Amino acid sequence: MNKRSTEIFVGLFVVLGALGLLFLALKAANLASFSNGGETYVVQARFDNIGGLKARAPVRSAGVNVGRVTSVVLDTQTYQGVATLEIKQSVVFPKDSSAKILTAGLLGDQYIGIEPGGDTKNLAAGDVITQTQSAVVLENLIGQFLFDKAADGGEKKEQ
Amino acid sequence: MNALQLLGRRALDVFAAWGHGAVFFIELLRAVPAGLARFGLVVTQIHAIGNRSLVIILASGLAVGFVLALQLYNTLTNFGAAESLGLVVNLSLVRELGPVVTALLFAGRAGTSLTAEIGLMKAGEQIAAMELMAIDPRKRVLAPRFIAGVIAMPLLAALFSAIGILGAWVVAVGLIGIDAGNFWSIQQNGVDVWRDVGNGVVKSAVFGVICTAVALYQGYETEATPEGVAYATTRTVVTASLGVLAMDFILTALMFSTP
Repeated sequence: MNKRSTEIFVGLFVVLGALGLLFLALKAANLASFSNGGETYVVQARFDNIGGLKARAPVRSAGVNVGRVTSVVLDTQTYQGVATLEIKQSVVFPKDSSAKILTAGLLGDQYIGIEPGGDTKNLAAGDVITQTQSAVVLENLIGQFLFDKAADGGEKKEQ
Repeated sequence: MNALQLLGRRALDVFAAWGHGAVFFIELLRAVPAGLARFGLVVTQIHAIGNRSLVIILASGLAVGFVLALQLYNTLTNFGAAESLGLVVNLSLVRELGPVVTALLFAGRAGTSLTAEIGLMKAGEQIAAMELMAIDPRKRVLAPRFIAGVIAMPLLAALFSAIGILGAWVVAVGLIGIDAGNFWSIQQNGVDVWRDVGNGVVKSAVFGVICTAVALYQGYETEATPEGVAYATTRTVVTASLGVLAMDFILTALMFSTP
């Protein structure tokens, strides 16, 4: 085999390999979604309880993906969980919008849902969302349910 | 006393073999710039060990994708999670099976041919002749093959994973009837480019270094007889495979131990 055709075949091999990598990155992973592409702006949200929310969890509004959680840290001054959100530049919310930690399905992953408010000004980069609703912690819910039941039972016996 | 002496001798032999291999590897790395300077030789070697391994890699990748999809479907339907079939296949291919199976096939397909070729060059005293002509065989023979192996391996592993996912897509969407949109979107939600795909590429590059360096070492240090070459070829497959599996555990522990 002469040198020219060898080089052509090697070129084909390298192009094929690069296409394989591209396929993995674009079609089979999340490079195409906005996480690495597209302009975003960063806002923070403070929660009393962050629940099972993790970095990279989606941010949704009306169920539509509009951004991603980039980090979750504890503020040692107020002992609140601070989630940093990266939201698509094309999506703007009123300044008094509220954020909730929601669960996808019964046992699914947690995500942040943003409900738009009525303010005429919009959230800008660096703003903090303070109207938040914490994650529902199943243990607390069950505990409260049991407590209520016990209280009901006690009242009935007294009557 | 004799037993103690035997133990000591064995230990010294093991250390000597390790040291010998390490010195060889460092000299190989030092010959890499000279190999890069004559890139034509590298291209020829990529053709020999990359292009010619393509068919077996693609065929194995497709088969693994088919079988993974069929097998996982049975278990996943029990939990009502058949839609995440693509995600499970994707993660297992990109993180583990792609790099590891490709490296094992690569050791068998390309590593053996490298060992046999260099072993026969040594048996035919071609390497001694080069040294006589003041040509460094490490720069002229070993370095181009090493660079070619390290370049070819990540490309082959990426093709293995890609064709495996396509195979799983054929089975899942065509045969089983999972929704194609869900098949892709669940993957895109669950697979991270840098953490999963990127680490897979790093893994396959490391395995490329291991497979090629072991094959070259065994060939270069072979006894210059037909039996010696045969023995060295066998050892290439055994050593490279064990090295890849051991290294895979270490790399997986480093890369994916945190959730």
